[in-house]
Amino acid sequence: MKQSVTFILNGESIQVEIEPHLTLLQLLRDKLELTGTKEGCGMGECGACTVLLDGKVVNSCIFPAMEVDGKNVMTIEGLTDAQGNLHPIQKAFIEQGAVQCGFCTPGMVLAGKALLDENPKPTEEEIRHGIAGNLCRCTGYIQIVQAVKAASGQ
Amino acid sequence: MSLYGLHSDCSGRESSQRAVTERGVIMEEFINVGKRIPKMDAEEKVTGKAVYIHDLKIPGMLYGRILYSLHPHAKILSIDTTKAESLPGVKAVLTGYNIPTIKFGFYKDNVPLKANKVCSFRDEIATVAATDPDIAQEALELIKVEYEILPAVFDPEEAMKEGAPLIHEEHVGGKEKKPTNVLNLPWRLVSGDVEEAKKNSAYVAEDRFKVTWVAHCCLGTSGCLAQFDMKNNLTMYSITQIPSLAQRDFTEALTAMGLKNKKARVIKTMIGGGFGSKLDTYAFEYIAILLAYKTKRPVKIIFSREEEFFATSPRQCAIIDIAQGCTKEGTLTFRDIRMILDNGAYTSWGATVPSVMMMPSSSLYKVPNIRFSAKCVYTNNTYSQAMRGYGTPQVTFAIDSQIDALAERAGIDPLDFRLRNANMPGDVTPQNFKINTCGLRECIDAVAQKLDWRQVRGRKDGRGVGMASLIHVGGGARVYKSDGCGTIIKMDDFGTVNVFTGATDMGQGADTVIAQIVAEELGVRVEDVVMTHTDTDICPWDVGAHASRTTFVAGNSAKGAAKKVKDQLLQVAAKSMGESPENLDIRDRTIFSKKDPEKKSPLGKILRAAHYAAGGSMMMAECFYDPNNENLDKELKGNLSVTYTFGTHGVEVEVDKETGQVKILKYVAAHDVGRAINPMLLEGQVYGGATMGIGYALTERLILKDGKVMNPNFLDYKMLTAKDVPNIETIVIETNDSFGPFGAKGVGEPGLVPTAPAIANAIYDAVGVRIKDLPMTPEKILAALKEKESSH
Repeated sequence: MKQSVTFILNGESIQVEIEPHLTLLQLLRDKLELTGTKEGCGMGECGACTVLLDGKVVNSCIFPAMEVDGKNVMTIEGLTDAQGNLHPIQKAFIEQGAVQCGFCTPGMVLAGKALLDENPKPTEEEIRHGIAGNLCRCTGYIQIVQAVKAASGQ
Repeated sequence: MSLYGLHSDCSGRESSQRAVTERGVIMEEFINVGKRIPKMDAEEKVTGKAVYIHDLKIPGMLYGRILYSLHPHAKILSIDTTKAESLPGVKAVLTGYNIPTIKFGFYKDNVPLKANKVCSFRDEIATVAATDPDIAQEALELIKVEYEILPAVFDPEEAMKEGAPLIHEEHVGGKEKKPTNVLNLPWRLVSGDVEEAKKNSAYVAEDRFKVTWVAHCCLGTSGCLAQFDMKNNLTMYSITQIPSLAQRDFTEALTAMGLKNKKARVIKTMIGGGFGSKLDTYAFEYIAILLAYKTKRPVKIIFSREEEFFATSPRQCAIIDIAQGCTKEGTLTFRDIRMILDNGAYTSWGATVPSVMMMPSSSLYKVPNIRFSAKCVYTNNTYSQAMRGYGTPQVTFAIDSQIDALAERAGIDPLDFRLRNANMPGDVTPQNFKINTCGLRECIDAVAQKLDWRQVRGRKDGRGVGMASLIHVGGGARVYKSDGCGTIIKMDDFGTVNVFTGATDMGQGADTVIAQIVAEELGVRVEDVVMTHTDTDICPWDVGAHASRTTFVAGNSAKGAAKKVKDQLLQVAAKSMGESPENLDIRDRTIFSKKDPEKKSPLGKILRAAHYAAGGSMMMAECFYDPNNENLDKELKGNLSVTYTFGTHGVEVEVDKETGQVKILKYVAAHDVGRAINPMLLEGQVYGGATMGIGYALTERLILKDGKVMNPNFLDYKMLTAKDVPNIETIVIETNDSFGPFGAKGVGEPGLVPTAPAIANAIYDAVGVRIKDLPMTPEKILAALKEKESSH
């Protein structure tokens, strides 16, 4: 039986009727067609499905959709402003060469944003710790770390 | 030759890239080449708008799932699909008993769904297409398969013995044409007289090295979407690295399905990582085609991560017996390598990696006498595939680990030993490779300088330094009859340059690099270039994204097409500007007279003049570039690539003698790249390659127990995280190769080739133990330390 969930998604309040067993990732990708959030493993191990829940990173692939009720969810689609301007961390990823195949990128960008929101001037070690839950096979993380650093104004 | 990275990034080097025009005006030589231009698709990717195969939906689309074998070697006695077929939502169930025979793979020993017998745990037995992926999964669980278990073999040395279980009973080999598990592949290269050289060597080292399976770990799992039109022509949405060859494979499959003369079109979505994994076509793709044809609906198959680990093809594991010798002074005298490769149950390009392993075997450093042989052996394990480096990381681990051991025996600093034997421009190697440009000595020197080698080496105090080098094809590789790539360029009224390339961008940045090359040649800017590389109906032919060939081959092809378009533009401009074409040039979107730069015209104006004139013309051209390289001959010799790329990695490690943990304190990667078309993307290739190499060296292994993958997830398969990776310093040596587009050589694979031996050598320098078995885990290091202590 479907149940109702009401939450803020990328700044707008929405209400959806869903099967209670859905993960947040399934809700986002399959029901709401927000395919910017990726599934890399489906087991909470790679971070490609990272979204922000009340500003904190969660692996949406293992997060029950029902539990976002009353909460604030931000996906990669919500990071650009209303005029479509890129967030500084998105710009930094582009300019620092932090993107290759791009599959980890939406999750990585959001992990970086969550880190900077909490700790605006992180050390390199803090940056590496902040994105350690997000796997990348292409970049060796170096240009990603540089991008987060650049976005922090350092 | 220029060298940067030792000073700053590219700022120091741009000043040297200036040319003086005839009128004495100093201007920058390049506007687009050599610039750190962001990837063209980066904006789509950072906003989540890029469409991967996982994101694709077509109305009416069904979801396909695959049932795999429960045993590594067994007869299939029966398959009962009746319950699965009657599940609501299921639109088709197929098995090996109700599909046409489609043979695929390099050895044509594989079929999409197996009938009669399974040879590995990843053998596909049945498939379901349903309206929902969960229904498809549920249907799989309703399929009943009866097996009769057969004896299995998982060790290639065991599989070579008389009386071993035969994986493919019909496969015969040798002069007597006897059934065998050894593949009929001629991997044998001899040059000079190894036995004689061995006798005359002052020092000889002999060792056995072992390397194991590692997975590509593309973050985007495998998948495809097959769709037929009303005429039974196939459109395949794919993530292949070889669109033109995949098109051929799929066309052959259509013929096998009774659809002769039907067309296959391959459309690539964004690719979530390649690294060689997508150089072949696979069972799941043929299964999607069969399901789509059966149901007359589009069918999508997407792998789970678990499937990605056990049902895709890893880097092959190998046993490497190697001997090398040198004179008293440290000049290499011979190299003798015998390899046994676990082919697994079927054959993909993994069985051909010895053809590339021969390259470092014969030509890394100057070695006059060479012998190389490799056997590929069927087992009931997973079958292997190409992976970044194509066999060279495996064999370079053995070669360059042993170089250190040999240098030690000869009492020579391994740095001096390498410098003494380093390849030089103009060399012809024992495999008949003609070395054009070669910056190997510069790479070795630069790494030594960065590591402070002379001061820090040899302390054996828990900290140590090591280095290792690489040779790789840098100017294409003629592994097929053609090594070609085509490009079509057209321009519109406003100066937009549409480039249709055969090349494949799987994240490495091929589009951006090609756009830079075109823009430079044509005198426009990268932002004027629109790249299309996704569709075999639109794009020219290419043999695929392998052998680090894209920048070189696709780059030269694009440059050739751009040159033709430029000539056309100058012809048109000559008329309207009243100048001869020879006196005209294009720079930064403007056509100008070389004699009088004030005489100029914007490009758009010339284009419109061409289009709107009576008897007008399109500014459009194609170029097919096939490098002047050679297939290996019967002796497996020949100039495989028109130029070769070199590099040296150096590393400083700290080894904890209590835990066996290796900490990388410093990592330096020096590469002779010809010319860096885009230093930022180039660094990305080196960083990513070296990181993959560090994983190969220290943490990564696909664990197979009796043929079953025991760690099919990221928790148990230890890919490195941001916390595990050290900062990597890249040093770019520019040798400006005469054959390369603007001097460039390939650099996609080299980044991980010398990593493992460099780390192995550093571990030895730190604690005096040599690990000959990858990955070099703390357990192995501790065991070696213990053994060393007990032997004292």
